[in-house]
Amino acid sequence: MTVNAPKLDMDRIIDDRRTRIIVCCGSGGVGKTTAAAAIGLRAAERGRQACVLTVDPARRLAQSMGLTSLDNTPRQVDGVDTSGGGSLHAMMLDMKRTFDEIVEAHADPDRAAQILANPFYQSLSSSFAGTQEYMAMEKLGQLRHSDEWDLIVVDTPPSRSALDFLDAPQRLGRFLDGRLIRLLTVPAKAGMSYMKVLNAGFAVMTSALTKILGTQVLKDAQTFVTAFDTMFGGFRERAEWTYRLLQAPGTAFLVVAAPEADALREASYFVERLAAERMPLAGLILNRVHVSPAARLSAARSLAAAETLDLHDRPDGGDGGNGTGPRYGLAAAVLRMHAERMNLGKRERRLAEHFTSAHPAVPVAEVVAQPEDVHDLDGLRVIGTILSQQHA
Amino acid sequence: MTTRDTDWDGVRLHVVTGKGGTGKTTVSAALALALARAGRRVLLIEVEGRQGIARLFDCPPLPYEERKVALGLGAKGGEGGDVYALAVDPEGALLDYLEMFYNMRRAGKTLTRIGVVDFATTIAPGLSDVLVTGKATEATRRRVAGRNSGHLYHAVVMDAPPTGRIGRFLNVSTEVADLAKVGPIKTHADTVAKVIRSPQTVVHFVTTLEEMPVQETLDGIAELQELTDGTIRAGGIIINMSRPAMLDPAGLAAAAAGSLDPAELVLGLKAAGINDNHGLAADLMTELSEHARQVALQDRERDELLTAGLPHYELPMIPDGIDLAGLYQLAARLREQGAA
Repeated sequence: MTVNAPKLDMDRIIDDRRTRIIVCCGSGGVGKTTAAAAIGLRAAERGRQACVLTVDPARRLAQSMGLTSLDNTPRQVDGVDTSGGGSLHAMMLDMKRTFDEIVEAHADPDRAAQILANPFYQSLSSSFAGTQEYMAMEKLGQLRHSDEWDLIVVDTPPSRSALDFLDAPQRLGRFLDGRLIRLLTVPAKAGMSYMKVLNAGFAVMTSALTKILGTQVLKDAQTFVTAFDTMFGGFRERAEWTYRLLQAPGTAFLVVAAPEADALREASYFVERLAAERMPLAGLILNRVHVSPAARLSAARSLAAAETLDLHDRPDGGDGGNGTGPRYGLAAAVLRMHAERMNLGKRERRLAEHFTSAHPAVPVAEVVAQPEDVHDLDGLRVIGTILSQQHA
Repeated sequence: MTTRDTDWDGVRLHVVTGKGGTGKTTVSAALALALARAGRRVLLIEVEGRQGIARLFDCPPLPYEERKVALGLGAKGGEGGDVYALAVDPEGALLDYLEMFYNMRRAGKTLTRIGVVDFATTIAPGLSDVLVTGKATEATRRRVAGRNSGHLYHAVVMDAPPTGRIGRFLNVSTEVADLAKVGPIKTHADTVAKVIRSPQTVVHFVTTLEEMPVQETLDGIAELQELTDGTIRAGGIIINMSRPAMLDPAGLAAAAAGSLDPAELVLGLKAAGINDNHGLAADLMTELSEHARQVALQDRERDELLTAGLPHYELPMIPDGIDLAGLYQLAARLREQGAA
């Protein structure tokens, strides 16, 4: 199938030395990680010093890139054609370790130890909701800052919403500016006397908080917030820096979607959000599209032909049936299979057109469904080639 | 089939998880329809704020309020029971919790305003998870007012977070215990955990017959077992969007091996009035061998899933996309196979 949209020119993006960051985003299960790995590999083999930052790869895909453990440092990938002068590194994000490292780097040893031991910190740093997004962005910032690679390809975390990573810095900011945080840090900053002048709502709040959480939790939270207080500013600053980095012209966002209603709806939403945030969108990768090598035979005609053969095969009709079994069984089955495939392709095209008519200017690259999952460099190369030969 | 004859008799809270893109919400909804036999009331709960249920049932966005969204799947010719739906968010659940246990809804609003919910979701997701699962367990335990008999809901189906997060999400008492050794929230978490860890609750895993979702399902089942020492029960594996084989196994094997005779196909095409122009038959044979490989892949993945030793159910791909009619079809398949 080919949708009516401008074609995405992948090689132009990866060959352009000004492209420094490629972000693959989209809802879960659409092949973001595979796309990111394929792009990283292709870029490396076309001469870029590429690094793929991945969050949650399939085991065999990770193995294919030599990623056997979460060690939070980019590792060189073997088996890459480096004759063009490029190289490929890959790493899997360890969010807890990334977080710990930030704490250790930005607090004196005593305070760092205090923070690392706090139950709130432990909950925050090892939970999945939100932290992964902050840490992915943090790590991206670090890799970019190190300037060891000239292209970083990142796939975004499989969050409940594909947009969480965009919201992460803002949410952190809102959180840090929240009245609760200020109230929690008050005793440490100004002593109890200051509390007296706070409004009457405070009494209600502490009583309610105590009721829900209990005094111990409140105390732990307070300790945590106080210990963390000095680091908060740095956090927000870096989050904002990364956010601006994402808006910069050297960044290319690729929205990845499967030709399914939910994934495309999410993609649509994403495209709008990126525009609203002034983030540079490069295009849509429409992954796992079903095409037929025999597309000239329509579904309707194929199905009608299958029915004709069924009639032939009836003992009382047609030319062939004599009770010894269907003569045209194979042909009828093939025609039915073909009709189904054509219908699936048609439905996918309709869904894709839904997207392209709402976003006619967004370049699209289609990747046909592979008969089997990709789990080696050759498979990634195939995807990379498909991505780059959209106008061939 | 009698009503005492399903695989999950006695289960009242069905938690449904699955990798993103496998159709977790669709399967949850179909399961709710299948469970809602005549005279029964089933509650379908959504926890991730995506309004997927409203979209499926073609109704306006769900508020934080239990609303009737559909009639259950009836027995032959009859009407089913009632399916209610509820979208739970941490904020609403917090207000609910305060109202229910402390009669403090107004204080709750103050807390929301000053960012307690933000605080909970940002810094201690365990806290918001316990509020959300708390709402589901409360609905599960709720009894019909004024009488001492019967639960209000025959069953509750929760469209839960994806497989990667499900262990932590359900392991509420341990997660909260790390934060609160004593105190009201700990007590609440313990009550919630008691329901989740009782035989009344099972966790179903939705997957497609593809490598990654299958791997994630097996990992998820193992993680649940490990995190909770088997006290949270894995339920069934629900295979979604399976593609039926279009040929018998022998034909498929031959197609995969490329040993089918194209002449037979050419003859068939001709009999149906289609000329074999420009190698049409050869292209169709290519397509057939791809189909055969795909079926073989599905079979391999299915075998892999069966190593988990859980009951499993299989739902076909609905080629035209999921609408209400499609949901009832899936519900009927689930019921036929004994899932409800």
